[in-house]
Amino acid sequence: MQPIVVQHISKSYGKVSALRDVSFTVGPGELFGLIGPDGAGKSTLFRILATLVLADKGQAFVNGKDVVKDYRAIRREVGYMPGRFSLYQDLTVEENLRFFATIFNTTVNANYDMIRDIYEQIAPFKDRPAGKLSGGMKQKLALSCALVHRPSVLFLDEPTTGVDPVSRKEFWEMLQRLRQRGIPILVSTPYMDEATLCDRVALIQNGALMRIDTPTAIVEQFSTKVWAFRASDTWRLIRDLRAYPGVESCFAFGEFLHVVMNADPEKVKQDLITEGHTGVAYQPANAGIEDVFMALMRAQTEIS
Amino acid sequence: MKQFFEFVKKECFHIFRDRRTLMILFGMPVVLIVLFGFAITNEIRHARIAVLDQSQDVLSHGLVRKITASTYFDLAENLRSEKDIMPAFKKGDVRMVIVIPGGFQRNFIRERKAAVQLLTDASDPNTATTLINYANAILMQYQQEETGMKHLPLTIQPEVRMVYNPTLKSVFLFVPGVMTLILMLVCAMMTSITITREKELGTMEILLVSPLRPLMIIAGKVVPYILLSFVIAIIILALGAGIFGMPLKGSLALLLLACALFCLTALSLGILISSVTNSQQTAMMMSMMGLLLPTILLSGFVFPIESMPLPLRVLSNIIPAKWFIIILKDIMLKGSGLRQIALPMGVLSGMTLFFLVVSLRKFNIRLS
Repeated sequence: MQPIVVQHISKSYGKVSALRDVSFTVGPGELFGLIGPDGAGKSTLFRILATLVLADKGQAFVNGKDVVKDYRAIRREVGYMPGRFSLYQDLTVEENLRFFATIFNTTVNANYDMIRDIYEQIAPFKDRPAGKLSGGMKQKLALSCALVHRPSVLFLDEPTTGVDPVSRKEFWEMLQRLRQRGIPILVSTPYMDEATLCDRVALIQNGALMRIDTPTAIVEQFSTKVWAFRASDTWRLIRDLRAYPGVESCFAFGEFLHVVMNADPEKVKQDLITEGHTGVAYQPANAGIEDVFMALMRAQTEIS
Repeated sequence: MKQFFEFVKKECFHIFRDRRTLMILFGMPVVLIVLFGFAITNEIRHARIAVLDQSQDVLSHGLVRKITASTYFDLAENLRSEKDIMPAFKKGDVRMVIVIPGGFQRNFIRERKAAVQLLTDASDPNTATTLINYANAILMQYQQEETGMKHLPLTIQPEVRMVYNPTLKSVFLFVPGVMTLILMLVCAMMTSITITREKELGTMEILLVSPLRPLMIIAGKVVPYILLSFVIAIIILALGAGIFGMPLKGSLALLLLACALFCLTALSLGILISSVTNSQQTAMMMSMMGLLLPTILLSGFVFPIESMPLPLRVLSNIIPAKWFIIILKDIMLKGSGLRQIALPMGVLSGMTLFFLVVSLRKFNIRLS
């Protein structure tokens, strides 16, 4: 039995369609990433799976249970971490944890092994009000609270948004350890670099899934040549490259600009120098998941 | 059950860690009682008056003494002629002038009819009316004393046109009113805010994705407020009895029972409000406009219901505060028992049940 099954889910709010015919499954012990920009429909999908929102069309099952009919059973079994920090800010770390343990009819001690790795990192601050924690610690506490009742499925909606890079890395290490315990995890993120840490990812844009595969497969299937450009004035370079005939996409990637184009890079370089750019350099780049995403996004926009 | 107690404990943490809430909860009753009891009152004391006594006989002197002996009037000056009257008013601090025409005693005894003129500064009509009433009452009393003494059917006829119902001590009206107002404020507004706060902060989302039943969530949030408001009701009663000498003629147990019932009514209204809105701001506005204003205006607290136009009189029946004020006055002032207040108690119970059922049905097991 697949822990998470989503079949042809559609949902709209008024005239805005948040999800369009979304289908995928998450296997046992799989770390499944939903990658997409803000407003792509990720949170809506999470809320449907967490039985908080009803879909207009389609079906979804968590642990084989229907999200509409068996919502009560599902609520006992899942751990859900909403996109917004949703703990009690005026309660201390320890009080929050105990509260969520108790309302799930269990105790912190009974499931301490489940949260030990994470909780030990925030334990020194256990008497601090949750509202006064840093972004990274808040998310660790939220994850502890979502895990304290030993859920059999985890839904994490943008757990690393607003978190510093070091804490983000630690957070993903924790997810890897949870996966090793065999807990299937559905996680969403707007950060493309986190996609490579998932077993499989689904790229989502404007409420529709564009591709579902392993991160490596997604990148390998991407055949278009990508060039990395740089110049002293990056901002002007973006503007000029986007206006350059034959350039299909151009976006910042660290200190370089990743460019997909039907043009000779050497000629582009010369033209840029003529236009007054200094320090212009280029090299072939390894396509990353961002490149794929940008290409798919462009394709989708052209279709619609 | 353990879940429930943990929830109540959590709610208490919220209340006691939030200074603002605490200020509202305990500061408001004291401030309101003091404001209404001392400052905002339609009783007037130590109004300065002037007297033009053209008679200067035993009876007229007695009348002036009688009037100035009360705490309501202080004699500011004795006028010498009618020409002094207007200047006395214009100076501003004289509120009323009493003119006793010449031959007061003679007319009183021989013609059985004596006139007294009361002139008031009616630029503030309410004060003027009240002063006239006080003076009237004192005149009547004086007349009775004098006629009783002399066994003669004599009358003093003051030339007054304004008529006003002689009021009770205003604090007897304000204590029940303020109590109603505060319980409404604390119970309805605070509950609606505390529930919508969970929605606004997103914690409701997590509570929903937990095995907690809606009834448990609501009860857990409301129980601490029931206890709190009951404590507040007792504080107000104690203040009313201790400072303002509010009598309690009926049974204390019955009074507390009625308070508990009204707390429940207000709480259920608060729950109802929170079930139709998602933001604290809206909940607060709805409590203010939808509950506080009708409680003040239509409950008979400030304006007597009997003198309202028919539509408002009918409308006042659906204001819980009206029934609670009736209960309070009946128990405290008239000493009524359960049988006399059965109707308003029944109405309040019915309303409570109705609000609770509606809000439980409206409570969303999902995010709307």
